[in-house]
Amino acid sequence: MSQTVATPAPPARDERLGRRSALARLLARPEMGALVGAIVIYIVFFIVAAPFREATSLSTVLYQSSTYGIVAVAVALLMIGGEFDLSAGVAVTSSALVASMFSYQFTANMWVGVVVSLVVALAIGFVNGYLVVKTAIPSFLVTLGTFFMLRGLNLAMTKQVTGNVATNDVSNIDGFGSAQNVFASQFTVGGVSIRITLLWWILFVAVATWVLLRTRVGNWIYAVGGSAPSSRAVGVPVNRVKIGLFMAVSFLCWFTGMHTLFAFNTVQSGLGVGNEFIYIVAAVVGGCLLTGGYGSAIGAAIGAFIFGMAQLGIVYAGWNPDWFYFFLGALLLGAILLNTYIRRRAEASR
Amino acid sequence: MTTTTEAPAKTPLVRLTACDKSYGNIIALGGISLEVDAGEVTCVLGDNGAGKSTLIKIIAGLHKPSHGSYEVDGVPVTFDSPREALERGIATVYQDLAVVPLMPVWRNFFLGNEVRKRLGPVRRLDIDFMRKTTKKELLDMGIDLRDVDQPIGTLSGGERQCVAISRAVYFGAKVLILDEPTAALGVKQSGVVLKYIVQARERGLGVIFITHNPHHAYPVGDRFLLLKRGKAIGYYSKDEITRDELTAQMAGGAELDELHHELQRGGKAAAEAAHVLEEEVQELGITHEPTAGS
Ligand SMILES: Nc1ncnc2c1ncn2[C@@H]1O[C@H](COP(=O)(O)OP(=O)(O)O)[C@@H](O)[C@H]1O
Ligand SMILES: [Mg+2]
Repeated sequence: MSQTVATPAPPARDERLGRRSALARLLARPEMGALVGAIVIYIVFFIVAAPFREATSLSTVLYQSSTYGIVAVAVALLMIGGEFDLSAGVAVTSSALVASMFSYQFTANMWVGVVVSLVVALAIGFVNGYLVVKTAIPSFLVTLGTFFMLRGLNLAMTKQVTGNVATNDVSNIDGFGSAQNVFASQFTVGGVSIRITLLWWILFVAVATWVLLRTRVGNWIYAVGGSAPSSRAVGVPVNRVKIGLFMAVSFLCWFTGMHTLFAFNTVQSGLGVGNEFIYIVAAVVGGCLLTGGYGSAIGAAIGAFIFGMAQLGIVYAGWNPDWFYFFLGALLLGAILLNTYIRRRAEASR
Repeated sequence: MTTTTEAPAKTPLVRLTACDKSYGNIIALGGISLEVDAGEVTCVLGDNGAGKSTLIKIIAGLHKPSHGSYEVDGVPVTFDSPREALERGIATVYQDLAVVPLMPVWRNFFLGNEVRKRLGPVRRLDIDFMRKTTKKELLDMGIDLRDVDQPIGTLSGGERQCVAISRAVYFGAKVLILDEPTAALGVKQSGVVLKYIVQARERGLGVIFITHNPHHAYPVGDRFLLLKRGKAIGYYSKDEITRDELTAQMAGGAELDELHHELQRGGKAAAEAAHVLEEEVQELGITHEPTAGS
């Protein structure tokens, strides 16, 4: 029964669609929800927690936020590009361990360890990305694998090399001082001590935002996350973009690892487990869609800030810190519901 | 790699010769040949699953043919990616339009062909230019978007189709491949799209127009390739076939005929069925032609 003569009459469609006003567009910015949330949470802690009102507390909150926020920037880019990295938390520790142990064991200048660590980190990112694009296995699974591998490596290698669960103190090694200046120094402005990671964080957010909105690569990041087949069809090098994003994540993991190393002189090999979720939550709370193609770097920064506020605000308010995780989960759920709603509106009215 | 030795008077822009393509053990295309000249529209007709999309994916560089040769301007080519095909001026508007629904119209328009300007050592997007150009190009096609910043997913099917076509034309396509551009459209919007196909032809582009609707194909087409289950069941130039014959072919006239004969050879009940079939054939106005590929 293959003889239908006429093609089905296609349904007529009305051309006139409601246009969105400028205000509606502003409200639909990916980071709007997070911004409103951050303001509300700030006000709440400002009211309930007296210590929270002090400038030094804000500085501490910002520092705490920056240690999550730096990696969260890259995780947000990766999520916009349609992928996840569950190995980001332990990769931070891996980077710190490599730099520390390399310089200590080979009695090399600290900067040599820093560079070796960078190469290793970028290689981890490359492997993650390469496996994802070549096997087409969801990045969730690939990086879950590398997460466990790195976690095991961190512990086993450290024990093997140092005979301990932590690395040796590297503060006497040549180049430590200058590296500390770059990655972990602090200075005072108006009596308030500011950690340099805050400046780096701002810089990374600014660069990421500029790249996303003003460069070709940024266009491609949104595109590969929004629709990889469509992007490929118009000539976007999808695989290169995705591998590059994984490497961007591992680059900022390395950066944060260097901060950890030079702030504490020694590295605990079990550190970092669980942080991958904090990065992802920061990105999602900041308006990134889990399905890719939508989000912003500023949003992820606000997400990390909400995170830092909550973590320390709960302490300042004298509450049981266990509530933090409840709060975290509730925030995540709320953000996902909001994002889903926004996406429907953005995509709807076909 | 052999070079072409025979030099025909007119080298077609695109020529496929005896191309096969299989997906695992599914043979999607077998022995397909096709030509497209500058300033001509080659229509590829066939039912769902006939292999139309597969055929154009080969031409667009998404797939490589399992066998057969593919020439552009008379030179054999093997494309590893659509980008390479694009560089040779072969642009494709896919059924799903290859747009990213959440991205603004202008970003979609320039996706993969972003215009940049220098800013010291780095290059950044020339957003102003791209916005204006998108608006203007769409206006030329009769689409007046107040806001090229709206996500392309919010446009209607016809509007999106026109964005995709004008994008390909703007980027200097020599060969324009359209995969069922009228399939999801109403009569009026289909007419608009057909108008652009003619416009593209007038500009000297070669157009490959995929459709399952002979009424859309015949008015604009210069050549017609009919596909059925991955095989060519006919390849005609316009002067070799009338619209009715084309319709009949599409409706499976030849197949009906065969079915009819088969049933007649059967028993009494079958003969009765054959009679019903014959009436149906006459009702459809299908001419009895034992046609096949030319
Ligand atoms: N990626 C694929 N993998 C396996 N089979 C496919 C794939 N793409 C298409 N096919 C099969 O090849 C045949 C031709 O498909 P297609 O070219 O899409 O037909 P059309 O566009 O004419 O409807 C169909 O039977 C389809 O199921
Ligand atoms: Mg198709």
